[in-house]
Amino acid sequence: MRNSVLPRNRPVEIRALERRADWIRLETIRLVEIAKSGHYSSVFSCAEMFAALYYSALRLKPSDPHWGDRDRFLLGKGHAAIGQYPVLADLGYFPTDWLDSYTRLGSPLGDHPDMNKVPGIDFSSGSIGHNLSVGVGMALSARMRGKDYLTWVMIGDGELAEGQVWEAAMAAGHYKLSNLIGIVDANGMGLDGDTQDVMGVEPVAGKFEAFGWSVDEIDGHNMGAVLAAFARAQKQDRPHMIVARTKKGKGVSFMERDPYWHLGFLGPADKAAAVAEIEARITQ
Amino acid sequence: MTVSVPDPASWNIQTSLAKLTGLTMADELIAMARERPDIVVMTADLSTSNGLDEFQRALPDRFINTGIAEQNMMSIAAGLASTGMIPYVSTFAAFASLLCAEQLRTDLAYTKMKVRILAHHAGISMGFYGTSHHAVEDIAVTRAMGNMTVVSAADGNAIRGLLRATLDVDGPVYIRIGRGAEKTVYEDKPIFEHGRFVTLRDGTDATLIATGVGVRAAIDAAALLEGEGLSVRVLDAVYLKPLDEAAILAAAAETGAILTVEEHNPYGGLGSAVADVIACSGRAVRFAKHALPDDYVLVAPPTHLYRHYGLTGEGVAQALKKALAK
Repeated sequence: MRNSVLPRNRPVEIRALERRADWIRLETIRLVEIAKSGHYSSVFSCAEMFAALYYSALRLKPSDPHWGDRDRFLLGKGHAAIGQYPVLADLGYFPTDWLDSYTRLGSPLGDHPDMNKVPGIDFSSGSIGHNLSVGVGMALSARMRGKDYLTWVMIGDGELAEGQVWEAAMAAGHYKLSNLIGIVDANGMGLDGDTQDVMGVEPVAGKFEAFGWSVDEIDGHNMGAVLAAFARAQKQDRPHMIVARTKKGKGVSFMERDPYWHLGFLGPADKAAAVAEIEARITQ
Repeated sequence: MTVSVPDPASWNIQTSLAKLTGLTMADELIAMARERPDIVVMTADLSTSNGLDEFQRALPDRFINTGIAEQNMMSIAAGLASTGMIPYVSTFAAFASLLCAEQLRTDLAYTKMKVRILAHHAGISMGFYGTSHHAVEDIAVTRAMGNMTVVSAADGNAIRGLLRATLDVDGPVYIRIGRGAEKTVYEDKPIFEHGRFVTLRDGTDATLIATGVGVRAAIDAAALLEGEGLSVRVLDAVYLKPLDEAAILAAAAETGAILTVEEHNPYGGLGSAVADVIACSGRAVRFAKHALPDDYVLVAPPTHLYRHYGLTGEGVAQALKKALAK
C-alpha cells in the first residue's frame, strides 16, 4: 500500500462510497466540536463528491504528496476543507491525530486549507474566486510540459459572483483546456440565504457553455450519477464543468436548506440527533 | 494602401517605444529562458508596451497572454509555479500592486510561489496617463507582504542584473521597473548581492539613499554639491526587502545625515523603511525624506513631472541642503 499509486477511477461499490460520504459528515461534526464553530452544511452538500473523488476518481500517491503526475484537486470553496482533512488523514497523507488539533494554536489544520502545512492540499484557498484561475495555470503547465495529470477545481455557486471566476472560465475556454474539470457545488445557499436571491448566478450551465466549456448537470447526492459524471468529465475535448445540484446541509434533516448552519455550532441535543440520523443511514 | 506613420512629435506607444532602450526584460529573459526550461513569460495585453513581444517571437511556446485580466494572470502564474515553473508576469506596476494586491498576497506570497512580477512603468513614469496608471503606493503594499522580495531597478542594465540576481530566490519577487527611458546609472550589467545596496559614490558629509529613477537624480545631485564643497555618498537601494540595514547604519554613523529619494508616496516607501531602521537602532542621525507629496500628482510628460517634483539633480541637491540646514 505504501509508495503505491492509487489509479484513476478505482472500482468501488456505490454503497461503500455513500457510507464514506456519511462518515465525512460525522467527522465534520466531530471537528467542529473542537473549534466550536464550523461550516457543516458546506461540507454536507459536497460529501458525496469528496468521497467519489478521493476514493475513486483521482489518481493519487498519498506516500508522496508532491508526486508530479498526481491529479490535482483544488477546493475553491476552501471553507469546506474541514471535510477534506479526515479524508486526507484516512488516505495516509498525515497522521490521523492531527485532526484532534483542528484550529488549535499552531495546528496545520485551519478553517481554510494551507498547501504548505497540509500534505495532500494541492493549493491554498480561502479567498473565494481564485482557485479556478490557479487550476488554469496547473492545466496549462501540464500541457506545456507534456504531463497527463488532470486538474479538478470545486467551486461554490455563491463563488460564481466573483468576477475572477469568469476571467478563468474565459481563459480555460480560450486555451481549450481539456485537462481541466470544474465542479460547481450548486447547493443554492450562501451565508445570507438563497444564492439566487442574493445575486442571480443562473443559468450556470448556459454561462459556462457560452465560455467554451462542455457542461454536465447532475444530482450531486446521487452517487451513481456522480461517478458517471466524473467518468464522462475525463473524456472531453475542452474544459468541462459539472454543475452538481446539491442541498446545503444534506444528510441531517433539520440542517438541510437552513442558512443558520452555514457557520454554526450544534448544541449537545442537536448534535446527538444529527449523529443518530447519519449513523442510522450508515448501519442500514 | 496608406500606411499610417505616427507623427514624430507624438508620445504614443510606437514613437515612445523607439526611445525606450532601457526596457531590457525581453533580451535578458530570452537568454535566461534558453538556459532554463522552467521559465515562462506572461502579460495581460501589454507585450507591445513592455517589449516582451520580442520574447513571444523568440519563444512563442513559453509565452502566455491572458488578455486584460491581471488578477487572473497572477493566479494562473501561481498554478504554473506550483508545478515547478518560474513565471515572469508583466503588467503596469499600478495594476500589479494595487489591482492584484490580494492575488500577490494570498496566491503568491503566502504560498511561497516562485513568481517574478515585472511591475513596469512604476512611479509616475506614465506621466499624463494620470493617477490610474501611476504606482506610488507599490513599495508600501508589497513590502508589507510576508515572503515577498522587493527590488527596484534604476536603469536598463539594473533590470538585467536584477533578473539574474533574483532568478533562484525562494518565493515571489516584485521587480519595480520604470518606463525604460531612465538615464544610465550602470554602464554594464551589474552583479547584485542579495539584500545589499550598491555604493555608487562615496562621501563623508551626507548620504543619499535612492531607488529607481531617484538614483540618477541622486548621482547628479552629489556631483553638483561637490562643487559646493559637500562630499555626498550615494547608495542605490536596489533591494527594498530585505533592506540593507548595515549600509543604512554605516551611512548614519559615517556621514551623520541621510536623505532618501524615491518616486513614491511619502508614507510606506523607501523613506519610511530607512526611518524604521534608524529609529529602531536607537542612534540619532539627521534624516529627511524626498518623495512625492501625499496626493495625486499632476498630469504632464514624465520628464516634466520629474522636474516639477524635484526628482532631478537640482531638485535632490536642494532637498539635501534644506535637510542639512534644519
